[in-house]
Amino acid sequence: MSRTVLTTLQVLVAVIAVALWWVITQTSILGDPARIQFFFSTPADVFWQIVAWFRSGEIWRHLWITLIEAALAFVIGAVAAMIAGFWLARRPKLAAVFDPYVKAANALPRVVLAPIFTLWFGLGIWSKVALGFTLVFFIVFFNVYQGVKEVNRTVLQNARMLGMTERQLLRHVYLPSALSWVFSSLHVSIGFAVVGAVVGEYLGSSAGLGYLIAQAEGMFDIAGVFAGMFVLSAFVLLIDWGVTMVERKLLVWQPDNNH
Amino acid sequence: MQHAVRLDNVDISFGAAGKTVFRAVAGASLSVEKGEFVAIVGPTGSGKSTLLNAAAGLLKPSAGTVEIQGQPLEGLNKRAGYLFQADALMPWKTSRDNVAIALEISGTPRREALERAEDWLEKVGLKGFGHRYPHMLSGGQRKRVAMAQVLIRDPEILLMDEPFGPLDAQTRLIMGDLLLDLWQQDRKAVMFVTHDLEEAIALADRVVIMSTGPDAKLIGDFTIPLARPRDVSEIKLSPEFQELHRDIWHLLKEQVLKAYGNQNREERA
Repeated sequence: MSRTVLTTLQVLVAVIAVALWWVITQTSILGDPARIQFFFSTPADVFWQIVAWFRSGEIWRHLWITLIEAALAFVIGAVAAMIAGFWLARRPKLAAVFDPYVKAANALPRVVLAPIFTLWFGLGIWSKVALGFTLVFFIVFFNVYQGVKEVNRTVLQNARMLGMTERQLLRHVYLPSALSWVFSSLHVSIGFAVVGAVVGEYLGSSAGLGYLIAQAEGMFDIAGVFAGMFVLSAFVLLIDWGVTMVERKLLVWQPDNNH
Repeated sequence: MQHAVRLDNVDISFGAAGKTVFRAVAGASLSVEKGEFVAIVGPTGSGKSTLLNAAAGLLKPSAGTVEIQGQPLEGLNKRAGYLFQADALMPWKTSRDNVAIALEISGTPRREALERAEDWLEKVGLKGFGHRYPHMLSGGQRKRVAMAQVLIRDPEILLMDEPFGPLDAQTRLIMGDLLLDLWQQDRKAVMFVTHDLEEAIALADRVVIMSTGPDAKLIGDFTIPLARPRDVSEIKLSPEFQELHRDIWHLLKEQVLKAYGNQNREERA
């Protein structure tokens, strides 16, 4: 499929979805439009809500807060996970001891931690960063762990025969191998950083996209809820596109990132 | 004359203590003189690579001694360069960086290392390929980079574990010629493991035959008096080559059939 055909079809999906939404909320095919509008709002209302947010400039503050929270959660979570992953992967006995606890901690639904984090870190950004951290940490941790464990044996032996010291092995063999696993999970881990931030905001905060959505919901402002969701989706898409760009630059050496 | 590598009565066993131990190599003795190119030939599973790894220090023999230039080997063999059968280049480094790193790790400044890496890439016929990552190169080209990576350190001993095994027949001939060309310049001691008898005779000064494992040992030692420099693809047509091949093959064939029989038995079991 050519690029233009693909883009056209992709746009077409959005157009049809919005058109259907419009028909259902404006005509009485499925019943009283006023009632349906209460639950689904209308494309026009949602559109004008978004325009109003951007026109007043109010949205920028919320976007900025969410972005900062997600970025902090990602950076702190990824760095901590890389250190922990490296450390445990190089010490199999220690890893075996901690194994059940790591699994248990990872199995815990993170949402239940939100109230505790609010208690510990207050209503500001740090309780959201903490929530995002718990999500990012495990994804990166497992990937680094795997990356260090699954270093190609021949590459490792070759590096040893070339005379690399343990430190040089770490820098030239283990780290790049682990990083390639981290990068391959970059989309997921950054996505989760945003999820952590927004869920945290939704559960209790005074700013951010999650706060905006929670506020609108509290006032039965369905247009506001939908508008918040659309802004959030666009925000995540934009970040994801950025990640793809970074990935292309950093993973040129990988066979599948080369077209 | 001092030996470059001397393996004396070497046993190599696998398996944890207390469990059934698999003895791959039993009582193998082999010495390689300075400047000598020795090929080790044997059927699959004969422990040729195991023996090579003992000379590299990657495996510790369970009995016997390994001496490198008169010194007992402790840990990895630092005087040796090792060319692996499988791809061993770091996939995250360009071919130039892969070659240069071999110098950088022992303290050569990066700039100088990169310059010398370019020279070596040219020597192995890869001028202008320095910026490519391994996955952008063909199997033969990757092998050339690996050769440059090993040789740039100027090791006194070269250990090669079926280095051209994964390549197609034509590429193997070309790589054989390249190897002889480079070797001719400074004649390092070489231990070259292969299952291909023709390749062994075409390249080596001496061909040793390993018996089928377990308990593999060296059962034949043939001097190859063919004149150098040799052309790997031409030399196979000469009558001397064919005569040598016939003699050695006679001994090797028995082992190959035995190895084949062992395999079949294992499959039936």
